Amino acid sequence: MTRSPILTLSNISKRFASQEVLSDFNLTIQDGEFFTILGPSGCGKTTVLRLIAGFEQPNEGQILLNGDDIARIPAEKRPFNTVFQSYALFPHLTVFDNVAFGLKMAGVDVQDIAVRVADALAIVRLSEFATRKPHQLSGGQKQRVAIARAVVNRPKILLLDESLSALDYKLRQQMQLELKQLQRQLGITFVYVTHDQEEALSMSDRILVMHNGQAQQVGTPREIYESPRNLFVAQFIGEINVFDGEIVQALGEYQYEASINGVVREIRCDHRFAVGDKVHVMLRPEDLRIDCRPDVAERKGFPGIVLERSYTGQTLNSHIELENGQTLMAHEFFDEDDPDFDYSINQKVGVDWVPGWEHVIPAERSGKA
Amino acid sequence: MVINFRRFVIVLTVVWLGLFVLVPHVLVLLTSVMSPDPQHLAVWPLTLNSWGRLLEPLYAEVFWHSLWLSTLTTAICLLLGYPFAYIVAKLPGVWRGLLLFLMIVPFWTNSLIRTYAIKLILGNKGLVNSLLLASGLVDEPVQLLYTPFAVIFGLVYVLLPFMVLPLVSSFGKLDGTLLEAAHDLGAGFWQRFRLIIVPLTMPGIIAGSLMVFLPAMGMFYVADLLGGAKNLLLGNIIKNQFLVVRDWPFGAAFSVALIGIMAVLLWLYFLANRRINRAGGLDDESF
Repeated sequence: MTRSPILTLSNISKRFASQEVLSDFNLTIQDGEFFTILGPSGCGKTTVLRLIAGFEQPNEGQILLNGDDIARIPAEKRPFNTVFQSYALFPHLTVFDNVAFGLKMAGVDVQDIAVRVADALAIVRLSEFATRKPHQLSGGQKQRVAIARAVVNRPKILLLDESLSALDYKLRQQMQLELKQLQRQLGITFVYVTHDQEEALSMSDRILVMHNGQAQQVGTPREIYESPRNLFVAQFIGEINVFDGEIVQALGEYQYEASINGVVREIRCDHRFAVGDKVHVMLRPEDLRIDCRPDVAERKGFPGIVLERSYTGQTLNSHIELENGQTLMAHEFFDEDDPDFDYSINQKVGVDWVPGWEHVIPAERSGKA
Repeated sequence: MVINFRRFVIVLTVVWLGLFVLVPHVLVLLTSVMSPDPQHLAVWPLTLNSWGRLLEPLYAEVFWHSLWLSTLTTAICLLLGYPFAYIVAKLPGVWRGLLLFLMIVPFWTNSLIRTYAIKLILGNKGLVNSLLLASGLVDEPVQLLYTPFAVIFGLVYVLLPFMVLPLVSSFGKLDGTLLEAAHDLGAGFWQRFRLIIVPLTMPGIIAGSLMVFLPAMGMFYVADLLGGAKNLLLGNIIKNQFLVVRDWPFGAAFSVALIGIMAVLLWLYFLANRRINRAGGLDDESF
């Protein structure tokens, strides 16, 4: 599906007192996509959202909505609505009046308000709660009212600020699914801010990973997870094992031999390297293979011992210490043919991976992982 | 041991309240139905004459005038106190503390003395008139003292903190995200003010208004010093009946009537507050 940009943040700087939160920040959001801004707390992601919403003004730069600069337009005049982390439902108004608030402000006539509020409440399955007050609702219901209150105005962009973080795990998963469905159903652009990488991966069309006010990488969940551009992204999104290596020989375009922990292996990557370049060879825990054959001679991969193993239901997660002291994580699915599949602590094993499953980036630091 | 101590505290409180609150009130109530006597203050037989006199036009007029002064005082305190409380509540902690402290400092001086000071300021040869004359705006002193203005000025000055403190507490509890949400949903400043800020600070508005209105009806010394003979408060009438006319039963009847008005207002406050709390799901701790 081809999409056109709906919102562009261009060369945005934002300072609070003397602290620079964003500098020369750029971002383009496509019409109709579920876009997630992901990062640890304090990375500036909420500031980006507040700049879009109009609660903050940038010190420099433009915010372009379909080409028009809206950086100086006040929040109440922007065609965006926000779902707040704390929901921010008006405690003195009923569910109906909360949802109707934006329409009343826009001067929609009473009959239309009734119809549209009823529709919005039906979408979030709260029709029979219209006369309740917010304090009579559960967390998940408040969340839905907050969503209904925002989407009823048919915003061009819906902004969601860590909107699921106050819910418990089960409800959060359910709401993730509902949000995604809602987004598809309404066709509205969603900009979702979160620090939860699992949430980001499962809901988004594209993800922006932020750190220290800098965009680290923009891409689809798959690109972000499988081809992280730097160590921060790799380590922030899920778990990853990082081997330090050095390019020994070029075998062809994007194909090299690298020395990893003293062993020379063939690697494939999407960078060009010169011989002698230091690299990070990264592997997700589920991409590692553990060879536990008793015969040392037959065993493949890097030798190590099992430090710890934990059973998670779906997978067996092992911590393995290599001979050089580096600790790896490996997640293996259970094999139905082998119900007793397990390791013992201190068992000697070999750690390997299928050639080509590694992801290689230029080294950012020296020394062991 | 613990139980004994608790019982001791309860008994002490009950005795104290009984001795110093219940008994005096019963005595006042009793006095109000006795017959007046200049020599012995109040004598038998029991009669409702004093209560009947409350309805005399003269007193009704004074009553309404007093009510009007108190209402106006309350309105002005609210008008001044509301924005002030908003600003104070939004300030960072240190400044908030300092401003509230400065607001309370004048309380360390007796309000009677402060009222005398106002009298000096508003008098014909006082500060205000001196400035007006010196600036050439007026040719002769403006009569400020002994006007309703002077009484209201004095009452507002003394009672403003009682309006501000509950309002600051209400504003402190107002969640700023709600205003952002309203902003986000298209509400301009006045709409946010009318639809969100006022309803959510209503408990503070009602509490502050009562804490100004109730004392404003009784502060006889302010009206005595600043209001002259015509601007009486209910408190002045009561004081005069007891100390000047020496008609204790009538003064007592007036007192009981005033207590009755206050009780009704407090009861209405209680009802309104309960309704707001139920409606808003706001917590109830500060009231």
